[in-house]
Amino acid sequence: MNRQIVKLFAFVMVLFGVLIGFTSWWAVFDAEALKEKNANKRPLLEQQQIPRGRILAADGTVIAKSVPKGKGSAKRYVRRYPEGSLFGHPIGYSFVKYGDSEFEQFHNEELVGEGSEFSSIADELLGRTQEGNDIVTSIDAEAQRLALAELEEAGFGAVVAIEPSTGAVKVMASNAPFDPNRVPYDFEKWNADEIERPLVNRATQGLYPPGSTFKVVTAAAGLDSGAITPETAIDAPGSLEVEGTPLENDFGEDFFGTTLDTALTNSVNTWFGQLGQQLGNDTLFEYMERFGFNSKPAIDLPEDELEESGVWDLENGEVLTAADPVDLARLAIGQERLLATPLQMAQVAAAVANGGKLMKPRIWKRVIDPDGRTVDTMDPSVYSEPISEETAAELTTAMEGVVTEGTGTNAAISGVPVAGKTGTAETPGNLACGGGVEENQAWFIGFAPADDPQIAIAASVECTEQFGNDVAAPIFADVAEAILNGE
Amino acid sequence: MTSARNRELLALVPVAVLLTAGFAGVFSQENEQLGNLSLIYGAYFLAICLATHVFLRIRLPNADPYLFPLMATLTAFGLVMIYRIDEGLARDQANWFVLGLVLFALTIQFLRDYEVLERYRYTIAIGGLLILLAPRLPGIGQQVNGAYLGVKIGPIAFQPAEFTKIAIVVFLASYLREHREVLIVGARRVLGVTLPPLKHFGPMLVVWGASMFMLVFIRDLGSSLMFFAAFLALLYVATGRFSFVVIGMLMFLLGAWFFASTVPHVHERIEIWLHPYNDPQDAGYQILNSIFAQADGGLFGKGFGEALIVVPGTDNALLPAAQTDMIYALIVNELGLFGAVGVVLVYTLIAARGFKIALIAADGFSKLLATGLTAVFAIQAFVIIGGVTRVIPLTGVTLPFISYGGSSIVANFVLLALLLLISDRARREAAEPAGRMAALGATA
Repeated sequence: MNRQIVKLFAFVMVLFGVLIGFTSWWAVFDAEALKEKNANKRPLLEQQQIPRGRILAADGTVIAKSVPKGKGSAKRYVRRYPEGSLFGHPIGYSFVKYGDSEFEQFHNEELVGEGSEFSSIADELLGRTQEGNDIVTSIDAEAQRLALAELEEAGFGAVVAIEPSTGAVKVMASNAPFDPNRVPYDFEKWNADEIERPLVNRATQGLYPPGSTFKVVTAAAGLDSGAITPETAIDAPGSLEVEGTPLENDFGEDFFGTTLDTALTNSVNTWFGQLGQQLGNDTLFEYMERFGFNSKPAIDLPEDELEESGVWDLENGEVLTAADPVDLARLAIGQERLLATPLQMAQVAAAVANGGKLMKPRIWKRVIDPDGRTVDTMDPSVYSEPISEETAAELTTAMEGVVTEGTGTNAAISGVPVAGKTGTAETPGNLACGGGVEENQAWFIGFAPADDPQIAIAASVECTEQFGNDVAAPIFADVAEAILNGE
Repeated sequence: MTSARNRELLALVPVAVLLTAGFAGVFSQENEQLGNLSLIYGAYFLAICLATHVFLRIRLPNADPYLFPLMATLTAFGLVMIYRIDEGLARDQANWFVLGLVLFALTIQFLRDYEVLERYRYTIAIGGLLILLAPRLPGIGQQVNGAYLGVKIGPIAFQPAEFTKIAIVVFLASYLREHREVLIVGARRVLGVTLPPLKHFGPMLVVWGASMFMLVFIRDLGSSLMFFAAFLALLYVATGRFSFVVIGMLMFLLGAWFFASTVPHVHERIEIWLHPYNDPQDAGYQILNSIFAQADGGLFGKGFGEALIVVPGTDNALLPAAQTDMIYALIVNELGLFGAVGVVLVYTLIAARGFKIALIAADGFSKLLATGLTAVFAIQAFVIIGGVTRVIPLTGVTLPFISYGGSSIVANFVLLALLLLISDRARREAAEPAGRMAALGATA
């Protein structure tokens, strides 16, 4: 019988080996994936036991803080947002039952003060309790307040303001807003709301046709690739047959022998349509990608809460590339199936403003530990260099014309030169607007001061019967002025 | 012969240190200051272990020196974990530990000639199966999580299955010792498969029937699995026929499949095992939170007393049945993969010592009894740890010596006593060849 006993023992060892294998899988190899599961409330419950760090605006305004509740072992911390809906986007929320979102989710590790496995062992041995770090953001509280208030007047939409030289996000406002304090009460209702969609950050997830604001990208591609110079003249008739349907200028106006400045100032569709055709798929897509199209923005927000800008094949849910057939003339003027987020268009303005260098957008600025020491500071980093400094300067001149004498005069700020571009895309049948036929998506993108850019802004308003210059440009001017005066 | 006991004494020292350190860890977590209470608890525990050691020195001087310290390690560890969950539960558990040692001593005192068990094997088997019925008797029966596992008479509650497992092993060891020859010789090959002789097929069917009965009538899936596995292990060791094991396994699977498709309770357990995310808030809650708790442990764990067991500020369990079924998940959470490997290693060492006893035992009954007791103990650990780690469907058996529960502690100390009795004789006979012959003559 001894032989069988030895074999039996070997079998028991195999069984126990399987137990160790499974335990290793759950405890170590699959652990990170398990912590991400929706059904898993443990990480959030544990984080509730430690005071989560505060989130502050650039001026020290408290955006989010944790307050203790209960006593003894039932003691836990609950998130409070003193400013209500003002910073709902892009800060998001953090609650045990509903999880976390946006900035709260992306910066979770710093906010709960999580270190490596080994440093937490050291903490345990030394009897230190875990405490979260504060994060100071670059958000300008006053400008944010103004942007949201003006959006609430104008309609659903978003405003994004970026410091061109650093990528620091000064304003990110989205209407309809939500008050994170109300998440435990209104979450289901908000999720079911298909019209207002308050939980959607329209600045990063609102995919809108950019209309004429995209002409800045087309112009940049033309100048930088050498296809045109500021002196190149193109004949732009009032109407041009493209792919079987006429492409028309406003009021069917003819622009013969026109150069870039005049074409941009008057937003001449047939001029840019021809430029687009001349550039071809490869060049236009190449420059789009350099400006950040066709990939998710490199911002400090969760990737699944960001949308990719580009030519969308909505039926298949994918973004087209240079290899796909597109109507180049209409793409060049921001039509075709092109959709862009306000954040993407703000990046276009910021890249031009920064001499052709696109910085990665960043909401956070500093991490401060519980003892008040700054433990980490945001290092501005370059995302790409889409165009040369020379191209940027030439574009700036053309964009200044838009504001001084063209379609975007309402963006002017007294005493400060402004460069920008309006956009008005027709969006008939938009359900969010009630499905009316006269609905437009109104845009303005630009930066100021034009000679020494401090701020680049994109403002976009849904469901308006007005044009970019009527609704979006004034918001640009007010927000830019607030930021420039605040410094 | 005293060298064995000296080794046992030496091995008890780290146990006491472990217990003291464990309590110190829990205290420092809860009170943020270290009293001398942990030292007092450690001293009590050491004193009880020393008393047991002295008793063994007198009664079983040749018995295996490592089994008792290994089991004391598990008990000490269990006490610390339970103390960390609830002080009152730990006090109960400590009392059960003492009662278990009393039964341990009584078993050793009065069952020195454990062959007497062979004579009463049918009485023992029938008694063991009858007490399984008790949980379904009106008045004293208790239903826990849909299973009829417990009996409650006045203030005393106990789970008969813990004792039945010993009775069944005794019966099988005895029956197989007597019939193993005919089972081997009488086997016939039918269609290339070796079948056991039908005449001696009886006990197989009885045990199979008992397992199925437990599965359905008492709804104790874990014990059912454990009994049947122990039976197959013994059948294999006794006959050396792997085909018998395969046939048995097929029969069990057939029965289990039949009941899984007809009895909702069994079906539900298997569904939860396969698809826990289908109903994460209700049916799948326990197993998912077991796994989530383990994921949180990582390599080194969160430390003693750090795990969340209830949702803070409420009475809702985050790790349901943490002190019984789920205690392994709690260990992984607080002590990490390393702590868990340590625990499994202790079970492996116990199995190694148990099978060693079976190897050196001279007579068939001792061999089979030692094998059966060791196997049932190891399989019990596998069934519950496997359930908690989703290797197999989760069922409610205790983690031997660690889980909270009086029946489990007491029954497993009786099991330990039997193993030490077998060991004492086997090692003595191995040391004295002359005596061995005499002993063989006596048992023949």
